Amino acid sequence: MLGAVFNLNHPAHTVDWHFIHLSVANVVVIGLMFIAFFLAILLPFPGRSGREAARRGGGPS
Amino acid sequence: MSAAPATPPSTPSKSWTVKVREKGVEALPPERLLPDGQPTYVASWIYVFGVASIASLIVIIGSGCVIALKGPAWWHETGVGHFFNSIHMWSVELFFFVMVVHLWGKYWMAAWRGGRGRVWVTGAIVFLVAVPCALTGYVSQQNFDAQWISTQAKDAMNSVGVGAFFNLTNFGQMYSYHILLLPIAVVLLVSVHVLLVRRNGVVPPFELEEKLAAARAGGPDADASPKAPAGGQS
Repeated sequence: MLGAVFNLNHPAHTVDWHFIHLSVANVVVIGLMFIAFFLAILLPFPGRSGREAARRGGGPS
Repeated sequence: MSAAPATPPSTPSKSWTVKVREKGVEALPPERLLPDGQPTYVASWIYVFGVASIASLIVIIGSGCVIALKGPAWWHETGVGHFFNSIHMWSVELFFFVMVVHLWGKYWMAAWRGGRGRVWVTGAIVFLVAVPCALTGYVSQQNFDAQWISTQAKDAMNSVGVGAFFNLTNFGQMYSYHILLLPIAVVLLVSVHVLLVRRNGVVPPFELEEKLAAARAGGPDADASPKAPAGGQS
């Protein structure tokens, strides 16, 4: 445990709701995946507008 | 030894190598296998997660080769060994993270459209094979953690009846699965998956597919190419 940043020497904290039984660590990872998914949809990709403009103009892209 | 007689140009060769080459080039012409660019709709962050999965897999295999070369005493007892052990574990975490986001993205854009069913199926199988590939790593650590996990997991496997085929407490078997059989399966399946993506092109957005359908029917957007990856090259 000396090398661990967090004290891991205890049972895992869990999220319990009806039949759902998840460790907090797994809930955090699932939440991060949702955040990454929605950011990937919403955030503009660098250079996309320039590529589309070049394609519409028929010039080299 | 005398030189083999030259085949007349007009006689088609029946050699299996020629047949394989011709089939391969027909299925995947060089310009489709290694294209100059991708359609403009690929310039989106959601399309990044597939190649991020491959990048993670490369790090997994590289770090796995290092710790396999050096052995368990090194990866448990030395600072550099801890570092590579951690790189191996966290690259697996990253692999599954980006692969799940990749799966979600492809699911919601119905990536099996346009004859891409095999692309979807091979991707799903990669995911299913990658899970035991990673889990056998937990029981290959050669520490008390691995002993605990293997004795717990064997009960789970036996409860569903697959314990007759493999034994999670058999270290040699699990280690072989983890560093040889399952990684080979994952790499082969990923290779087939990528080649199928190259062959079929990246799935276009829904609205673009509607325009392509209109183009095939001779509609107003008839300038679009129906078979080539649509949306213009970037």
